[in-house]
Amino acid sequence: MSETYIVRSSAIAARLLAGEMMVMNSADSTFFTLNEVATAIWQAADGRTPLREIVREQVCEQFDIDPEQAQADAEQFVADLSKHGILLVSDNPMSAESAR
Amino acid sequence: MSLMSEVGQKAFNLGVPLAVHMDVTYRCNERCVHCYLDHDDHGEMTTAEIKGALDQLAEAGVFFLTLSGGEPFMRRDFFEIVEHARRQLFNVKVKTNAVMIGAAEAQKLRALSIDSIQISVYSHRPAVHDAITKLPHSFERTIKAVQFLRDQGLRVSIANVLMTPNLADHYGVQKLAAELGVNYTLDPTITPMMDGDTSILALRVPGEELEEVFRNPALVPNQEEFCAPPKPPSDEDLEGYSCSAGHSFCYISPYGDVFPCVQFPLPTGNVRRQKFLDIWNLSPQLKEVRSIQAKDLTVCSSCSHVSSCSRCPGLAYMEGSMRGPSTADCEKSFYRTGVPTANMLRQGLSKPRTTAPLVQIQPVAVSA
Repeated sequence: MSETYIVRSSAIAARLLAGEMMVMNSADSTFFTLNEVATAIWQAADGRTPLREIVREQVCEQFDIDPEQAQADAEQFVADLSKHGILLVSDNPMSAESAR
Repeated sequence: MSLMSEVGQKAFNLGVPLAVHMDVTYRCNERCVHCYLDHDDHGEMTTAEIKGALDQLAEAGVFFLTLSGGEPFMRRDFFEIVEHARRQLFNVKVKTNAVMIGAAEAQKLRALSIDSIQISVYSHRPAVHDAITKLPHSFERTIKAVQFLRDQGLRVSIANVLMTPNLADHYGVQKLAAELGVNYTLDPTITPMMDGDTSILALRVPGEELEEVFRNPALVPNQEEFCAPPKPPSDEDLEGYSCSAGHSFCYISPYGDVFPCVQFPLPTGNVRRQKFLDIWNLSPQLKEVRSIQAKDLTVCSSCSHVSSCSRCPGLAYMEGSMRGPSTADCEKSFYRTGVPTANMLRQGLSKPRTTAPLVQIQPVAVSA
């Protein structure tokens, strides 16, 4: 089974406000706020940790969510943010430096 | 309410400094006739001090960071500062006259993924622009820079400060911005110089002319709403606060002094001597600014404009009291709506005074 790796784009601005991550893409000024679960995935998006592992360790263990549902939600979240160029997705590990 | 407004309100309610404006230098390569700054270097923060301050701002929750001056590119380390700010994931906006920006600099700014860049243009006529900046060929260099930046896909906006020498030129600058494919903003605010010299206030657009500006649909699209007579204030309006200054926004000078706003010269602390969060959370001055609700205003609480006025507490402070009226805003409210303000009525005026005796406080300079 192939793994999915995610890394934050270096073109974004981000800051935590009361537990929720504000994220803005400078390229098109799209602005998001991420809830606590999405924030946990975002913070773990280092390009080296597989998404499945992030979901297991950062989501299921900390938020008491059904693993299958969590994985499906995470994949949807990753697809949405990658559409806006905010998260980059690959089948192989990536470095943060390459995240343009 | 947009998501951005919701976030702004949340930061305001929580007392989080969501946005900071930092001037990295007061030095400048232009000598604009209306500028209030002292351009000599009295001991600017070093690169390391600015980076340290930025680290603290990130930790405090600052998201929107405006870097300006003076002319920020006068600092040889400006790109290093921007790079550090971006590494700390700030949303960075740069304000500049752009005369030092060529193709290479524009490319570098694009690579650093800054959010936007605001550039001062005073006229579409080179002679008028150059006479205001007192720098020969500045118009030509600035416009070239606008093109370089635009070609890099950066969001550029032209800021047009309106005053008597360029009063007739806002149409031309607006048209120029449209031709260049960039945004346009207009600002009629002129403030006294830092040494207290108020002579530059003579450059302010006279009130009668403001009326023409406000009632111009090309400059103010939502005419009906903007120029409508004020609605009677509700209890909620009287419980409200003036603006984000000191609540979710502050200003840091090149010397590390922290103020509630660029236009609110009340010293509250210095990041060279204190931690930013200690200043933000503990400064008695900031606490006082935050405590003032519309109902506490000495004159404006009884003014029919209180809920819609752009009253600037910083300009009011310069006029003598942060709880008092700001004559420049009384003037704007009057010429916007035709309805006299409480400040005018108590002085028996049928038209607002055109200038008020403002005092700009000299920031506390600290040697490096």
